[in-house]
Amino acid sequence: MDTRKEKFPYGIPGHNLSEVEREIPVEEPPVWPINDKLKVIGKRVTRIDALEKVTGKAIYTSDIKLPGMLYAKILRSNVPHATISSIDISKAKSLPGVHAIHLIENTPKEGEENSTGKYPMVKYVGQPLAGVAAESLEIAKEAVSLIKVNYEKKPFVIDLEAAMELNAPIVFDAPITKQQDGGDVGETHDGSKGEGNVRGPSTSSFFGGPRGNLEEGFKEADVVVERTYRTQVHTHMPLETHGVVVDWNADVMTVYASTQNTAAVRNEMASVFNLPKSKVRVICEFMGGGFGAKHSAGSFGPMAANLAKKTGRPIWLMLDRQEEHLAEGNRPNSIQYLKIGAKKDGTLTGIQQRSHGTAGVGLGAGVGRIAQILYTCPNFATEQYDVLTNAGPGAAWRAPGNVQGAFGLEQAIDEIAEKLNLDPLSYRDHIDTSEVRKVERQRGAELFGWSRRKPAGSSKGIVKKGLGVGQSTWPRFVSLDSSVEIKIHKGGGVEIRSSVQDIGTGTKTILAQVVAEELGLQVKDIKVNIGDTFFPVGPGSGGSVVTGSITPPTRNAAFEAKTALLKLVAKKWETDSSELVMADGQVNHKTNTDLKMSFKEATKLMRTSQISKIASRSDDYGGFQQPWGLAYGDLGSVQFAEVSVNTDTGFVKVDRVVAAHSCGRPLNIGQLESQINGGVIQGVSYALYENRVMDNSTGHMMNANVDQYKVPFSMEIPEIETVIVEEYSGRSSTDAYGIGEPANIATAAAIANAVYNAIGVRLYEIPITPSSILKALSKVS
Amino acid sequence: MNKFSWYEAKSVEDALEQVNSTLSDELYEPTQKASVFKSGGIDVFDWVKEGLLKPQKIINIRNIPGLDQISYDRKEGLHIGSNVTLAEIASNPEIKSQYLALHQAVNHAATPQLRNVSTLGGNIAQRNRCWYFRSADHDCFRKGGDRCFARHSETGENENHAILDNGTCVSVHASSIATALMAFNASVVIANAEGKQKTVQMDDFFVSAGEDIAMENILQAKEIITEIILPPPSKNTKSAYIKQVARESYDWSLADVAVVMEVSGNTCKSASIVLGAAAPVPYRSVEAQQAIESKTINSDNATAAAKAAMTKARPLSKNDYKVPLFVSTIKQTILEIA
Repeated sequence: MDTRKEKFPYGIPGHNLSEVEREIPVEEPPVWPINDKLKVIGKRVTRIDALEKVTGKAIYTSDIKLPGMLYAKILRSNVPHATISSIDISKAKSLPGVHAIHLIENTPKEGEENSTGKYPMVKYVGQPLAGVAAESLEIAKEAVSLIKVNYEKKPFVIDLEAAMELNAPIVFDAPITKQQDGGDVGETHDGSKGEGNVRGPSTSSFFGGPRGNLEEGFKEADVVVERTYRTQVHTHMPLETHGVVVDWNADVMTVYASTQNTAAVRNEMASVFNLPKSKVRVICEFMGGGFGAKHSAGSFGPMAANLAKKTGRPIWLMLDRQEEHLAEGNRPNSIQYLKIGAKKDGTLTGIQQRSHGTAGVGLGAGVGRIAQILYTCPNFATEQYDVLTNAGPGAAWRAPGNVQGAFGLEQAIDEIAEKLNLDPLSYRDHIDTSEVRKVERQRGAELFGWSRRKPAGSSKGIVKKGLGVGQSTWPRFVSLDSSVEIKIHKGGGVEIRSSVQDIGTGTKTILAQVVAEELGLQVKDIKVNIGDTFFPVGPGSGGSVVTGSITPPTRNAAFEAKTALLKLVAKKWETDSSELVMADGQVNHKTNTDLKMSFKEATKLMRTSQISKIASRSDDYGGFQQPWGLAYGDLGSVQFAEVSVNTDTGFVKVDRVVAAHSCGRPLNIGQLESQINGGVIQGVSYALYENRVMDNSTGHMMNANVDQYKVPFSMEIPEIETVIVEEYSGRSSTDAYGIGEPANIATAAAIANAVYNAIGVRLYEIPITPSSILKALSKVS
Repeated sequence: MNKFSWYEAKSVEDALEQVNSTLSDELYEPTQKASVFKSGGIDVFDWVKEGLLKPQKIINIRNIPGLDQISYDRKEGLHIGSNVTLAEIASNPEIKSQYLALHQAVNHAATPQLRNVSTLGGNIAQRNRCWYFRSADHDCFRKGGDRCFARHSETGENENHAILDNGTCVSVHASSIATALMAFNASVVIANAEGKQKTVQMDDFFVSAGEDIAMENILQAKEIITEIILPPPSKNTKSAYIKQVARESYDWSLADVAVVMEVSGNTCKSASIVLGAAAPVPYRSVEAQQAIESKTINSDNATAAAKAAMTKARPLSKNDYKVPLFVSTIKQTILEIA
């Protein structure tokens, strides 16, 4: 590979900005200066689809209407554990308007539990059993209600701790190898180890395994904090439910999907139906939220395709809110034991972590890597166990595991600081080596007014005020399977094409910004066509990878297209293309001011109707951290929370959150703020409101709706202010990274620390409710 | 949702001729042949959507002329037609000035969107929100079943449930507006198919679970609420209402309290104190009333009254927090009067 050397901005403006020399592929564009010197990048650019969205014109999957389309509904189990002896579909079949019924039957695969019956064993309430396609959704629903399932019920277990007991009903009596949709990266194990319903433990991540010697570490400690923390099951609740519209004709299966991973859905459907990937087209133009639960075609994707096959008609299959809660993912709960030791000077000497959590019938209930890597500590070990229960499978949920882990770790760190009589913020300066979090602590504390913080429990009156802080880290994941096509059309018009989807955070807009910056155009001049697997493959929206993965190839492809166009202009002007620049919609000669031409005129020089360039994500400049293959650096955050606690009624109100974040080179300040707001709101919700309530006697979820499953509305949302720290590291042609997951990790921990500061009693369990506050204050007899 | 026919009632008489059942009867013993009333439709259609109510006919009483009036007279008091929306009550200046607790209760009920369509008659006749009662998969006493799932000491998910009068059913009444209405000693005017009308005190309108597990109010199949009447306040009447919710934006009550007092200076001459979300029906706390009557309205006496209200409280496995929550809320509401 031919390379050249360039100097890149390095570090944090206003703090330690310097330069670093990188060797980069010769075909990649020259370095961008810091955002101050750019025109479109790093600015507040209104999202390009804002008007379509707020006027209701944006077409989401559920809006798709095709000629001859039928509506489908899934029949789900209403018992938590059973074998199915028979299914009677006669009544449903004869209902007028019903076109097809598809039953899910056993197709034993290698490595999966051997099930001898005709139908898969029922393992949770809400498990899909069959699907009906009919002329209307109402008919399909009625037909589903007419299907009679004969169950042979089996004992079941719902509660995490009950499932850990040796005599508990067994959820799976064989090893399970299938990781459910999007479980946490790095914390998974194969589910084959363990006894009863307890599987694991996972003791390592891609950051390695245990370190040092815990026993020695705790011996050296002058102070030790040893606690158990509990977090609840949290369901995703995207506004748009899961679902697809499948249009399967002789040539191609088109799947309109509400998905955060068009390419993965394409691969799954191709694999299930034994089709070449070229004959499956997945389209997601607008996306109504996923939060990690929409990486897969699920069971509804194949169900819709089977019904399409049986009827020869397009099938609309969107889930309802109840199905969403029961079967389409959740953040597993946790019981986390944490022991931390420190010397008098604050130096950490040991961190021991042991966790149990249940992702229902799935795996992936670990508590992440945050205790392993956030602070320097020579002695560390973790054991993270999965416990199987008869409940819907968990799924990745905005920083899987790490949100639970941060809730424990960041409270324990505060307790250590208190034992050492240190301010929790300055204590973190002592034990945290991250330069970016140091700046975030400084700038965040100033905006937040951390100096107002008083000793815990010293707030006077019935309503007590408290301030707290929590930190987080998230890796800079990059997907190298990311590519983009840029087309410049003769006579004007620039187009971006990739299968990457916009999960709703504004991916379309940042891609347009990158191309506009490179071509000296305006964002409105760029047409973004993404979310279609007929275009070059892009990454899934998971792991906060999208921005870091897809913006460099976008810039690279735009640069290649620009270079091709400039060569034509250079030929006409009899000069060298390196003497030409594109800016303000013009092609200009660097020195000869007489030579200028509009971008549109320039495109008329093209011999063919378009210039098309495809670029892929190259390796990070400077390589990857070995042996893990991760990008260098992290996505650090520090969040500050201010709460009011009514000590008479037990109600907690989060008044204000200051969220200080970094994501390399920020691309669009407004969109970043929106995404951080979203993460903070979900964090507030996790700390105070949301909780999946299961009845242990029937195995049913009692609040599988929007009425009793409490997400915050406008009045519950605090004042949120963001601090975005620019951090340059010269790792790609854009040097930009995502913010999705970091925005959600530290909030609940910061709130818990603030509640402690307010009332002087620490809560080790979320959600924090009037009941838990009044109990903590000994006001409940 | 099943298919049903729709009947547009033109008058009270017309409606009463068409109707053959109540929501309560049909939930307790489903016939699937019911013709039931719908006004705002908020509660009835919730039941239809859950598949627990499969009516043959929905009788729309929303457009019956004459049931949508509010009138206030210093001598006659306040008359609110059963089809008056909560939004109309919330914006009525006389209700705000003369019946503050009702104004406050209505303003904290549901959401602005729901208040635009919910009617007062429907609000007081709605069924409780116990999630077992509302689940097609849990056949509880109120639906003719053989158990109360919520009561179970180990598995009952009863954090939102009753702490008073919870011997039979542990649900709490869903109308927080009824809390205020009862505190104002409101009465309900009910018309029947024979063309007769009866006026029933709010205290007698609701039916305790012990009396009849199928019912939460006395309405029979051939009866309809036409209006709610609140007696005129005196110069010395003062009122206050506080509702405690997990989510301020929109939520069902965890504890709500309405206090209506006749005061002389800072002394309580007589008190009407009603608790919502405490019991299966709105709960008049005679203990609290007695404790505060003839006393100066101050923090100590308010606390004593609040504690008196809780002497009979019997919390369930997960709702003992409601006792201190009520103590605090009753105290605060009484002190709002001062």
